Amino acid sequence: MSERSSLERLIVVVSLLVMTVLAGIIGAHAGEVPLPTVPKATAGSCVAPPDVMRRSHMSMLQHGRDLSVRQGERVEGGRLTGCIDCHAVSDGKGGHETVSSPQHFCRACHDYAAVKVDCFECHASRPEPKVKASDATSEVPASALAALADYAEEVAR
Amino acid sequence: MTEGSQSCGGSCGCGSEAGKVDEGRRGFLAGAVATGATALAPGVTLFAYGTAEAEAAGADPKKRWGMLVDVSKCVDGCTGCVTACQTENGWKTTGKPATDPQWIRKVTLRDPKSGATRSAPVMCQHCAEPPCADVCPTGASFKRADGIVLVDRHRCIGCRYCMMACPYKARSFVHEALEDQKPHAPRGMGTVEGCTLCVHRVDKGVAPACVEACAKSGGAIMFGDIADPKSEISKVIATYATMQIRGDLGVDPGVRYRNL
Ligand code: SF4
Ligand code: SF4
Repeated sequence: MSERSSLERLIVVVSLLVMTVLAGIIGAHAGEVPLPTVPKATAGSCVAPPDVMRRSHMSMLQHGRDLSVRQGERVEGGRLTGCIDCHAVSDGKGGHETVSSPQHFCRACHDYAAVKVDCFECHASRPEPKVKASDATSEVPASALAALADYAEEVAR
Repeated sequence: MTEGSQSCGGSCGCGSEAGKVDEGRRGFLAGAVATGATALAPGVTLFAYGTAEAEAAGADPKKRWGMLVDVSKCVDGCTGCVTACQTENGWKTTGKPATDPQWIRKVTLRDPKSGATRSAPVMCQHCAEPPCADVCPTGASFKRADGIVLVDRHRCIGCRYCMMACPYKARSFVHEALEDQKPHAPRGMGTVEGCTLCVHRVDKGVAPACVEACAKSGGAIMFGDIADPKSEISKVIATYATMQIRGDLGVDPGVRYRNL
């Protein structure tokens, strides 16, 4: 009696294993490896192509932060605020999600990769709500963005 | 990375040599310069030094930003400068006065003999020899090339030595977790903060928020380059008797007071 039940258990376990492996293979072939859902950015183009950003965004941010805090060289388009403005995720109520929401752009990937970011202990994780038109900050000139993109490409090479 | 280094030196993983980075940046700067005039928002007060070019060029070692407070024009009971600083930089009372942030505060001085009182704002004095930077174990407290003293919160470990060292009680510690800070004024739990001389505005060529607000009430605060003898503020300092609070300490504050 007890022998039979352990045989049954073995069969169940083995078939489960086979199914899992098969499902994995089929899934991979069908392109169904789970990937993070990355929210779309609001503006047209980023400062660098996505693959460069994925690989180097932390180095670029660190580079820019030392320049701007310590040397006072504030490079337009190369600031964390620029990323935040463009990658803000709407909360559906006219505002934007903070990093406390799993929908937040940075969290979408960082949760997936299990990498903790400290940036938002000090930095705002969403754009400042618009108060007055006169308070609006200047637009980043297109030529400056293009120049930064060139720089980013050079960096990636 | 050393403090004075202008480039990543390859440590940021960008893979380029220092020279290469500089080249790239120079190309970028050229772009910024070309569009400098159009890049500014309408309504931004332009000082002679302020353009997008200046903003990208970094702190100028030939300058020393400073302020002059004419105490006779400072209205007793007016807190326009404090409110403006709070609005600009996003700090406010936490309901715990003992540990509240204080970037700028109004102090009332009273002569015990005559009973005469004076009211004046006190904020970080942006010392030329800042003791806060001397004691900081991590290099987080530092003086920019143009004399603005800041806390680099990326390096601050929250030890609060600088708060002890500052003769003006100009710094405070953030005790509570924060959300929705001003994008241009990051501040967070476990780090020390103080008046930044509105560095984000100054780099754009705009006067600090307290100066702008005070101009509407007493007009007591002047802002400018105290290293340039031709600047308006230097001319006033050269003409009238002005003083530094506790000038005897030898820290050479960049904030001076008149009629104190
Ligand atoms: S006033 Fe205090 S915080 Fe400001 S530079 Fe001097 S010592 Fe440092
Ligand atoms: S609290 Fe931060 S800035 Fe102040 S001395 Fe310590 S590490 Fe330096």
